[in-house]
Amino acid sequence: MTRYISSTINHCILLIGLLIMIVPVWIIFASSTHSSLFINTNGLQFFLGDNFIENYSRVLFKKSGFFNEITALKMFFNSFVMATGIAALSVITSLMAAYGLVYFKIKYATIIFWLIFITLLVPLELRIMPSYIVMSKLNLVNTFAGLILPISASAIATFFFRQFYKSIPDELLEAAKLDGTSSWRFFIDFLVPLSKTMIAAVFIFMFVFGYNQYLWPLIMTTSEQYWTVVMGLKTMYGSISDRFAFVIMSMIPPVVIIVFLQKLFIQGIFQNK
Amino acid sequence: MKKVQFKSYYSQYFFLAPQLLILLIFLYWPIIQTFKDAFTMQDAFGFGSQFAGFDNFLFVFSDPSYFTAFKFTIIYSFVITLITGSIGLLLAVQANKVLHGKNVYKTLLIWPYAIAPAVVGVMANYFFSERYGLLHHLFNNLWGFNWYEDVFDAYIYVIIAGSWKQISANFIFFLAGLQAIQKTVIEASIIDCKSNIRRFWTITFPLLMPTTFFLIIINITYAFFDTFGIIDTTTIGAPGSETKTLVYKAYIDGFKGLDLGSAGAQSIMMMIIVLFITIFQFRYIEGKIHYN
Repeated sequence: MTRYISSTINHCILLIGLLIMIVPVWIIFASSTHSSLFINTNGLQFFLGDNFIENYSRVLFKKSGFFNEITALKMFFNSFVMATGIAALSVITSLMAAYGLVYFKIKYATIIFWLIFITLLVPLELRIMPSYIVMSKLNLVNTFAGLILPISASAIATFFFRQFYKSIPDELLEAAKLDGTSSWRFFIDFLVPLSKTMIAAVFIFMFVFGYNQYLWPLIMTTSEQYWTVVMGLKTMYGSISDRFAFVIMSMIPPVVIIVFLQKLFIQGIFQNK
Repeated sequence: MKKVQFKSYYSQYFFLAPQLLILLIFLYWPIIQTFKDAFTMQDAFGFGSQFAGFDNFLFVFSDPSYFTAFKFTIIYSFVITLITGSIGLLLAVQANKVLHGKNVYKTLLIWPYAIAPAVVGVMANYFFSERYGLLHHLFNNLWGFNWYEDVFDAYIYVIIAGSWKQISANFIFFLAGLQAIQKTVIEASIIDCKSNIRRFWTITFPLLMPTTFFLIIINITYAFFDTFGIIDTTTIGAPGSETKTLVYKAYIDGFKGLDLGSAGAQSIMMMIIVLFITIFQFRYIEGKIHYN
């Protein structure tokens, strides 16, 4: 009997938690399916309206009237290019750098180690203005390279890969060395396949991180052609239900990725502990 | 470091080069620039600059709004850490206990983690708007809510907006921490101690210490840096500069006010704070917390 009571309490607390997480987004979603006129007279809505297709397709495809030069679809494209670029570049450079740090005798090992890891102390937000000046000197304002490179300049992924490599038994390298494997072959044939889960987890993490960037694209894009979804939210014009629809659409890519790949993601992060 | 390593004169540099190159150009160059800005003074027209010693730092320290931002950032990170940590822990403990629907709860609780802070801020904006805002109406009926004039109300606004998605992150890590505790430990403790609550605080919670400290650091970094998108889409620092975080103030002074010297000095102050948090993390957490 007490067991039933305590399990009911457990479920009740969890349900309250679910409601806190779901209800705000549901209200915005439900409101996004009504016409702006209706929202303006009746406020936020809890039940669905009939304007779903109309509102969402208008936001996605129409240029004139809502954005001066860009459709939401183009913003999604830009965000995807940016996020994929950041994820791919961080995974490749970090995987290699961690390998160099863990598997080689290096002359100035401590210096290089600190040169890489002290950067964890300086997130992009702390060097935003000088970064902008550097980028404009390099002529990278309003380019994808400008959006991608400074955010890929991070040692977080290197830290993860380094921890992971350290957990791999030394015998693997001993055996490979007996066979006369070169350092390059060992990397490609042994370490990369072994790190698959980690690579996937770090890629997902960096993709969501890149997609969710707000301040950097805000500063780096003076031309609307390079606007991304998350920064476009604040600057976009349009009626209230269009804005609701855009907010909902903007969450879909990262949320879908995290929900469907949660196992992989959590597994990868906790392999380190 | 590995006991067995490759000995080579050049191939390690091949592996290190791409990352080092990106870091040097896109991280070290701007950082050096930041230090240069912090120690120089530009004349009013931006034509020339001269070495200014610590003048920019003194200017920052004599600016009352810097202390307002400092105070707000401390309060903000403390409250966010407390709220999201305790709700995240509460939910994780429940989700770890239930026999049915564990995965459904997990999936439905973790997705806000993926939403960008700026998107959360835009959403919060609607709930706190005078015209449509449900929360605005609710609080207004309770005590006369007015966030653009009342500091306390503005705090409530940015704290709710800032905490919401971070509950998910705390939930994920606490749940993983709970699941990593060995079943035998829990079973043994059930024999010794009948009370659920006492067992939690004497056995389970101490075993969760590594996760808790890890999350404290995560939450503080989140409140310091990631909340930029939330502040910029909700209060924009209003009323006055009462809800500006240190990062937000440095951005406004540098980018909008074009005071590079002050912004540079503020950035360096932030770096020192982050350095302290990190040292604390390594010294205290790595040293005192035992994983097994």
